[in-house]
Amino acid sequence: MSLLPPDMDEAGFAAFLEELRGTVGADWVWSGEADMFPYRDSFSPVWNTGEERHASAAVAPENVEQVSEVVRIARRHRVPLFPISTGKNFGYGGPSPNVNGSVVLDLKRMNRVIEVNEERAYCLVEPGVSYFDLYREIQERGLKLMLDCPDPGWGSPVGNSLERGVGYTMPHFRDHFGAHCGMEVVLPDGEVMRTGMGALPGSDTWQEYPYGFGPDPAGLFAQGNFGVVTKMGFRLLPLPEYYRSALITVPRRRDFVKLVNHVNYLSDSGLIGEVEYGSPLSALMGNADFMALATRTGGPSDAEMDAAASDAGLHNWQVELQFFGPEKATLENWHYAKDRILSDIPGAASFEGDHFPMPATEEQLNNTTQPWQTSIKRRRSLGVPSLGAWKIVRDDGHVGFFPVLPRTGEAVFEVQRVLGDAMKEFPTLPPFFNALTTPLFWHTHTFQMVFAPSIKHDDPAHNAITHAAMKKCVAVAAEHGWGDYRAAPIYQDDVAGTYSFNNHILRRFHEQLKDAIDPDGIIAPGRGGIWPRRFRA
Amino acid sequence: MRLLLASAALLAAGVGAVAAQDAVRTGPAAPELAEGKAVYAHWCAPCHAAEPSLPGTMSLAAKYDGSDIPAALEDRTDLSAPVIGVFVRNGVAWMPPFRPTEISDAELAQLSAYLTAPLEDRGAHTPLLADEMVQLHGGSSE
Repeated sequence: MSLLPPDMDEAGFAAFLEELRGTVGADWVWSGEADMFPYRDSFSPVWNTGEERHASAAVAPENVEQVSEVVRIARRHRVPLFPISTGKNFGYGGPSPNVNGSVVLDLKRMNRVIEVNEERAYCLVEPGVSYFDLYREIQERGLKLMLDCPDPGWGSPVGNSLERGVGYTMPHFRDHFGAHCGMEVVLPDGEVMRTGMGALPGSDTWQEYPYGFGPDPAGLFAQGNFGVVTKMGFRLLPLPEYYRSALITVPRRRDFVKLVNHVNYLSDSGLIGEVEYGSPLSALMGNADFMALATRTGGPSDAEMDAAASDAGLHNWQVELQFFGPEKATLENWHYAKDRILSDIPGAASFEGDHFPMPATEEQLNNTTQPWQTSIKRRRSLGVPSLGAWKIVRDDGHVGFFPVLPRTGEAVFEVQRVLGDAMKEFPTLPPFFNALTTPLFWHTHTFQMVFAPSIKHDDPAHNAITHAAMKKCVAVAAEHGWGDYRAAPIYQDDVAGTYSFNNHILRRFHEQLKDAIDPDGIIAPGRGGIWPRRFRA
Repeated sequence: MRLLLASAALLAAGVGAVAAQDAVRTGPAAPELAEGKAVYAHWCAPCHAAEPSLPGTMSLAAKYDGSDIPAALEDRTDLSAPVIGVFVRNGVAWMPPFRPTEISDAELAQLSAYLTAPLEDRGAHTPLLADEMVQLHGGSSE
């Protein structure tokens, strides 16, 4: 017997599917184990276990009218839908739903780039548009605009921003949801709503002023389940005239605190793009004694790390800086950054890296001439979508835990120690948190650190370790005030549960909203940890 | 699991059918292969193009190290339509499956036709999208 939606029998399911076929056409509805295989989360740590979440069917509308009708059909039959854009949310659940038996609302066919406006620097796209698609549109039209894209270019600007994904260029564009401007949403009753200036008939500012008038509900649709987003606008960067890179190293472990403060200032002042923190001492991790020091319970002392660095003739920390803008401005900004940091941190050193006019050539995109071993992924740094960075994936995939932490050196040291110690319970996993682990400056105003253990389709014991480690990371981090920013369906209740101020009032508020507009849970029940009354009972 | 076993058997059946790699690879593909090459360019090349640092190409280079099977899919002559279909619809390792909304059955057939055609009919190697765009605007092609 095939998997069925909740509270539904075979006959009801067949009737439901028939109505879907009548709306979108027989070629765009799928069910059954073989056809649904591509809708499984191939990065799932609960692969082939009872915890894995499976959809019962998939339906692929081609326009907003069909989305609206599919939602109305689902409402009549009380069938949960799970909307996906390009379905490439790997590490966070892929295309699989929160609730077994849900029907995937696959929006990939809605793949129109509706508008790209060069002079006013925005675009309006449908959910099935990928970063590759948008990049091609901009390039083929010769528009002087730059994207901000995540690592894999097969993702969707709509889907990625609704997951609050991040990128790698200038601060306010790296926050992909923050860079959105205006959306169209099909609500759980099938009505079509537009946010911001899209609500004002005749306005020409939908992609320029996100708020309109009164409360702005746009945030409810990110990591939420209050509607199906069918169009979304985004602010774009004018293509910078010039790109410049540089490296600064600082000798002592404690210098990291000052270094972070300076880089924060440079970023908040709009002088630099994304930075890559690192440690030259990583070169020593192949040495067993040094590895033991860097991963020691309780962490090493500053003096021990400074001695190790001194013995090796290396500095403790480095940061790679990137500058965008007119050539003279990038040069002046670099000189300012160098003078500011070197005058405040004794022993700090600076190195000039690649710099060139934009757009980059193939050689420049390939990033082979940087005079140091760089961590910069040049394509993503320049808003060029690719799958090159996907080399980071090990085994059959991974899951991601990225705690949000204060943008300070002290916080980084504390996370290294606390989560490093906590993860010693799982000695077969790589030491993601150790004395050299550096923060990710992806989001505009905060740090994150990475925990991304692998999964193996044929090794349930390994997956169980990964699964347990993920849950422990969420719990231990929350005890220290560090919350996960994004999670797969199997972890969303755990993560949502950590945002518990005032007896979970945030969750209870969301539940009240959900009960008011979608009590039967037609749109992604459980997503974001928000369950409607029907599923709470 | 049944599908994965089938994929292994199909792949094993295909191994050994590797042809010479010295076919001329310039210009466009034969007209009847153009649509399949476009599917390859959009969906496969970002990971599998003839560029050693790409994840898919790197993985296959490791997998077939010591054999005469090339790492770049576009250079393979041992693939068959059923093998391609199994990998596209089921994925392998961390390559995910691709849904019919991404690669339709018709496009899968076109892709298979391209990747099973004689090498000399496939034309030049497919560039990465970014490199294609750089060249479109007259930039460096090296």
